[in-house]
Amino acid sequence: MKTNHMNQYAVHAILILLTAACVFPFLLLITSSLTQEQAIVRDGYSLLPKAWSIEAYEYLWNKSTSLVKAYGITVTITIVGTTVGLLISALLAYPLSRGDMPLRGTLSFIVFFTLLFNGGLVPTYLVFTEVFDMKNTLLALIIPGLLTNGFFILLIRSFFSTSIPVPIIESAYIDGATEFKIFYQIVIPLSLPILATIGLMLTIGYWNDWFNGLIYVTEPELYSIQNLLNRMLSNIQFLQQTNIGGNNSTAAAGLPMNSVRMAMAVAGILPILCVYPFFQKYFVKGLTIGAVKG
Amino acid sequence: METPQIAQAVRAGERKESGRLNFILRKLKRYRALFLMIIPGMIYLIINNYLPMFGVVIAFKDINYAKGILGSDWIGFKNFEYLFETKDAWIITRNTILYNGAFIVINTVLAIAVAILLNEVKKKLASRFYQSAILLPYLISMVVVGYLGLSLLNVESGFINKQLLPLLGMDPIAWYTEAKYWPYILAIVNIWKNVGYLCIIYLASIIGIDHEYYEAATIDGANKWHQIRSITVPLIMPTITIMTLLAIGRIFYSDFGLFYQVPLNSGPLQPTTDVIDTYVYRGLMTLGDIGMSSAAGLYQSLVGFVLVLAANYAVSRKNRDQALF
Repeated sequence: MKTNHMNQYAVHAILILLTAACVFPFLLLITSSLTQEQAIVRDGYSLLPKAWSIEAYEYLWNKSTSLVKAYGITVTITIVGTTVGLLISALLAYPLSRGDMPLRGTLSFIVFFTLLFNGGLVPTYLVFTEVFDMKNTLLALIIPGLLTNGFFILLIRSFFSTSIPVPIIESAYIDGATEFKIFYQIVIPLSLPILATIGLMLTIGYWNDWFNGLIYVTEPELYSIQNLLNRMLSNIQFLQQTNIGGNNSTAAAGLPMNSVRMAMAVAGILPILCVYPFFQKYFVKGLTIGAVKG
Repeated sequence: METPQIAQAVRAGERKESGRLNFILRKLKRYRALFLMIIPGMIYLIINNYLPMFGVVIAFKDINYAKGILGSDWIGFKNFEYLFETKDAWIITRNTILYNGAFIVINTVLAIAVAILLNEVKKKLASRFYQSAILLPYLISMVVVGYLGLSLLNVESGFINKQLLPLLGMDPIAWYTEAKYWPYILAIVNIWKNVGYLCIIYLASIIGIDHEYYEAATIDGANKWHQIRSITVPLIMPTITIMTLLAIGRIFYSDFGLFYQVPLNSGPLQPTTDVIDTYVYRGLMTLGDIGMSSAAGLYQSLVGFVLVLAANYAVSRKNRDQALF
């Protein structure tokens, strides 16, 4: 057996280094958010700050109603978007998976073509803002991400057509079950693995989405957590470029303190970090099915 | 004598026609529930994907909001002429292709190397721990990556300027105004964020290799390096080819978040950080130059489309089953 494996110490040493490189920025973010403001100004961000403090989190807890509101928006769009997106995808994928569905080839091509060609940002933006008038609405944060394109539909379709035995569907039909009944009493329960996987991908997509908020939302009331973070980042950008006055100018511009800034970023990723260990298996599965067969 | 025959033929034809109509109606009735099911999804794709596809015609218009989008004047290829007369078109195309090309090569090599290492780990639990850690960056949004970058590169309080460079006896660097460092920074951030994903895919492929090959090779006295070169890499070659060709098919599209959030949308960095996606975004949202922006967008969509078709053709030549179509 010994010859069959590389030196385990060397393997572990390299992988531990890589792990450290991947995790280091997260640790730095967390320790920064727990550092006293003066310590940041004096020593910079550090893994081992000289003075710890939870003042940033106290500030967020007491002062920041915008953070709570943004959390509300993010949770809303994530739940609604994932549920509706999953439902629409499954409803569209199921008939396309049925060998006896009329026009199956044409309809599948309509779905598939969206993977090959897209109109690009400008026409999409104009469709949503000029034709449907969705600028500054919650819908603008939900609709663009529902299906995005036909990719998930094709994944669900191939799961349906390989994992659900046709005789079950046929016998249910002969016994008098309607198509809808077959769909939600037989097809859905048999497809929970793929639906959980796709649902997880949609959830992460909605939680992390800042792009739709960036182009469709200018109203701070409608900022999701990501857009709030994005907004703060663009304010900082101005100061980084002009590079004047040091940290005093940050305070003068009325921006949150260095540690508060980092504490907000922590608030943005904390839920994902907390649930990640439990869903890791599904997540890995989602990535690999997505890559191996489209 | 002939008329009855003709009449008969006509009647038969009519019967056949009405038979087909009946058949279609019966089918529609039989499958009406299934047709109902696809309606929401199809409407969605029409709005979200097909309307914008037809919307690409605005690249040939002089958009004037007062006249409306449909009422604006046609100007032919003017927008494209303006776009390709500027140096911008060349810079953004060069940046997009060079960055993506470099990412494809670096990420593939690193991902395979790490996947081989992970496959060598004997303890299941340890292997899962490493996998989770290297996949972590893939999970978070680019906005947060922007913050992580800032905590490292911030001019006054960043980790690198305050902790690392003093240790090496170097002066602080104004990272967000010095364009020359950014090709490296963006490559590192991209590796950090995406190698985990590619690595998981290659690992899945390596795990699928039959152990007997390695056992036979060990008996024949092949060392680990030989085994990697002659067994592992050749056997995962199909996956490597597919992943690479798919990435080449998307080489004209870049990760907007990487090029927008991580450099903090900073003007002085544009010569080395501007790609087609950021150019289109800026034209639309900050400069209000819809003509130029939509021309660049259509240029990207068309070249992207051709590249996807070409990549798929190459994949199907290699392996019919792996092709998208």
